[in-house]
Amino acid sequence: MADARNIWQGIQLPSEEQYLACIRCGLCLSVCPTYRETLRETDSPRARLMLFRKVIAGELEMSHGFTDKMYRCLDCLACNAICPVGIKPGDLALAARSVIHQAKPQPWIKPLIFGGLFPNASLMETCMMPMLLYQRLGIQRVVNTLGLTRRLPTRLRDYERMLPSLPVRSLRHRLPETTPARGPRKYRVAFFLGCFQNMIFADASAATVRVLARNGCEVVTPKNVKCCGMPHLGYGDVATARALARHNIDILEKLDADAIITDCATCGSTLKEYGAHLLADDAEYRDKARAFSVKVKDVAEFLGAIPLREPEHPLKTRVTYHDPCHLRRGQNVWREPRRLLQLAGAELIELREADWCCGSAGTQAITHYASSMQILARKTENVAKTNAAIITAGCPGCQLQLGLGAQRAGLKVQVQHPIQLLDRAYNDR
Amino acid sequence: MLPNTLCKELSSIVGREHILTSPEDLVAYSYDGTSVEHRPDAVVSPLDVEQISRVMQICNREAIPVTPRGMGSGLAGAAVPMSGGISLCLTRMNRVLNLDAENMMAHVQAGVVTADLQAQVEARGLFYPPDPSSIKHSTIGGNVACNAGGPRCLKYGVTGDYVMGLTVVLADGRILQTGGKAIKNVTTYDLKNLFVGSEGTLGIVTEVLLKLIPLPKFARTAMAVYPMLEGASATVNNVLRAGVLPATMELMDHTTIGTIEEYLRLGLPTDAAAILIIEVDGGDEDTVTKEIETIGRVCRESGASEVRVAKTEQERNDLWRGRRSVSPSLARRRPNKLGEDISVPRAAIPEAIRRIKAVGDKYNLPISVFGHAGDGNLHPNILYDKRDPAEVRRVEQASRDIFGIAVELGGTLSGEHGVGVLKLPYLGMAESPIEIELMQAIKRVLDPKGILNPGKKFPCSC
Ligand SMILES: Cc1cc2nc3c(=O)[nH]c(=O)nc-3n(C[C@H](O)[C@H](O)[C@H](O)COP(=O)(O)OP(=O)(O)OC[C@H]3O[C@@H](n4cnc5c(N)ncnc54)[C@H](O)[C@@H]3O)c2cc1C
Ligand code: SF4
Ligand code: SF4
Repeated sequence: MADARNIWQGIQLPSEEQYLACIRCGLCLSVCPTYRETLRETDSPRARLMLFRKVIAGELEMSHGFTDKMYRCLDCLACNAICPVGIKPGDLALAARSVIHQAKPQPWIKPLIFGGLFPNASLMETCMMPMLLYQRLGIQRVVNTLGLTRRLPTRLRDYERMLPSLPVRSLRHRLPETTPARGPRKYRVAFFLGCFQNMIFADASAATVRVLARNGCEVVTPKNVKCCGMPHLGYGDVATARALARHNIDILEKLDADAIITDCATCGSTLKEYGAHLLADDAEYRDKARAFSVKVKDVAEFLGAIPLREPEHPLKTRVTYHDPCHLRRGQNVWREPRRLLQLAGAELIELREADWCCGSAGTQAITHYASSMQILARKTENVAKTNAAIITAGCPGCQLQLGLGAQRAGLKVQVQHPIQLLDRAYNDR
Repeated sequence: MLPNTLCKELSSIVGREHILTSPEDLVAYSYDGTSVEHRPDAVVSPLDVEQISRVMQICNREAIPVTPRGMGSGLAGAAVPMSGGISLCLTRMNRVLNLDAENMMAHVQAGVVTADLQAQVEARGLFYPPDPSSIKHSTIGGNVACNAGGPRCLKYGVTGDYVMGLTVVLADGRILQTGGKAIKNVTTYDLKNLFVGSEGTLGIVTEVLLKLIPLPKFARTAMAVYPMLEGASATVNNVLRAGVLPATMELMDHTTIGTIEEYLRLGLPTDAAAILIIEVDGGDEDTVTKEIETIGRVCRESGASEVRVAKTEQERNDLWRGRRSVSPSLARRRPNKLGEDISVPRAAIPEAIRRIKAVGDKYNLPISVFGHAGDGNLHPNILYDKRDPAEVRRVEQASRDIFGIAVELGGTLSGEHGVGVLKLPYLGMAESPIEIELMQAIKRVLDPKGILNPGKKFPCSC
């Protein structure tokens, strides 16, 4: 036991906070599908946590039996949601798998295989909110170039400032359908091309694909996916959102990928909701949607669960990180992006109130301008205090908003997706 | 480690896959809802009374310790197999055998999850009232073995009040059936009650016959806010004197309120000294409404600065969500907590809380107090960090002091969680030598070899 620490040298372990506070109350047993199935404590979230904890402490061997127990967890996150203490036994079971991979690399265990094929959902009107927004902003841009900006109210000038410089061609046209893994192929992942990313933040998504490939992923990028449906949900148009969900499931399901990756916090949390909520009462799609959503991973989340290559060109930049609502609370992804930044060599300055909303919340900046700007001011103040050269956030909505905040306050801070920093650290470009 | 021949013998009874001996399985059955740990040598999960009887015959013959286990939510370390041996897991025995609506009784196997039973019973318009907060993750067998209570006990009583009959496998494998559907029965000692609260030391409860009552159709809930503790305590007796018997009167002190609020943001009054959550229920809407009005008045007269009556189901749920989240929200403050369960006469509540707070100050430990004010059952929770040995020592001293307070005020160490191993060292403070000797004597008669959950509930006489 004394040398338990030595066993773990060089291996990324979850922090003690993730499991020490478990009071062993057993409430999570009541919702765990594997426990309810076998009625065996060993198949419960409480036991998974306990076993992992014992392994870390060196009181239990990291045996085949242990590995098996960790892989039996369905990653349905029911325990995470119910645990009153805020423990995420489901996440820990995942962390355990990562530890197993790091300590004793084993063949990737394929997630659930999808059910049979089924007819494509009919084509539908898909109104992409971000695109609309973009187009409206585009109009403002024209107005701007005509030299009318100074006569426009501040509000319109603000919209204009939110726009980053445009990619020459949308990513949809630039990315190959299949990007091979660099080095031996360890995983096959599907990359979900989000609307914002495709049109506005194409550079971030191109970086995502490169980083995945760098770490042994063959990346398939289907071009015919549609908007995740979040904007429609936001506007109460559930029917369209469901139609979009069925369409995307149809497309991505066929690829037989180990995971479905997104680098947009909003897409990620929405795709993850297909199974739990959006299609939960759709008799035909319910099970498929559940299986689909289980595979959806934010890019930082996915990278956090596999062994990663060390970057050759670590950055030495002062960087801070904002927690997008849809990542932190929507998906409980917050350690991983920070770890990616650290892996990239960044000097990570923790942002005060990092998990406070920046005020973007989808299209709040348009619909609730005043309150959105107030919330943003508080965020920008905190950003200024970090003296960071770059503020990162894995969400395009947040990136636009943070950029606007920086401009309004005259801050010389760049806004980027965390993956772009890691990409830079890997690439000599 | 059990000898191979024994494992074979046991698996011929329950089936190979229901004997677990892997290190992972043994770890999983080494704990309950506390931080007490000890691994069994094997886990055995029988399916029916006969299997248990045959398992017990073998264990008795070989003198192997047997610790019964439900869902392991116990808060006294009682289900932890401290002497190794067999952890006898009852969860597979989870069938409701019969719901007799006419006699209003449910005949169930011991491993039924209490909430599952409640749901089935309520679907038939009937009611099984005992409601330990662990209702979704504890079994009827465990509830009987601990005589579990809950907020509703004030009006409806504890688990034992609903036990009409039991099937118990004794240490030597004999099957005892005691009690039955006859409501009145004086032909034997009240044997079934011997097993209620026995914490698995006298026999394995395998089937339970439970009394049901009609489901109350209406409920109203109020929260009363008190600037002074005395007001909350006075309210309890004043309400009862006003002729109203609420289903629940739950008390939370200042520390507890602050902690829940920090975690849930329900809009609780964080500057209050205490709040009471009071619920009335019944079959007639007008009566229930009148009762909650009376309660509101009595609360104010007794010193409440504010009384909020939940107007919607959502508001009612929020109040209860707050109450149910007490334990876990405390866990968010410090890594560990020691939850005590003292019971004092109702009138002594303010004095008890004041003295407990003084103990917290003395040992420099945050202590939160909440509990069932209606029956004087308080849960002082000491918050600490196990990794700090000095703090652990202070916690031990503080908890001894708290037990002292309970006894001095005419109360006892545990109102509902049981003794298990956690309270064993303090038993002598509250129970007389005669009581302890009698328990030991009864134990010798029922379990001469001392194989049933040895070392729990009272000091072993051997
Ligand atoms: C969050 C939380 C809240 C709680 N709230 C309450 C509450 O409000 N009121 C309350 O009273 N308790 C409460 N408890 C304590 C606990 O839930 C109860 O004691 C419950 O009755 C234990 O049931 P179990 O099935 O989990 O039993 P276990 O913990 O598995 O076992 C408890 C004891 O019962 C014995 N036992 C179990 N099944 C049998 C059987 N079939 N035959 C013989 N002996 C058996 C065991 O040997 C052990 O001694 C709470 C616990 C938690 C974690
Ligand atoms: S993980 Fe949470 S719900 Fe499960 S036993 Fe631990 S504290 Fe309770
Ligand atoms: S995530 Fe895993 S451990 Fe948690 S409830 Fe689902 S299957 Fe059980």
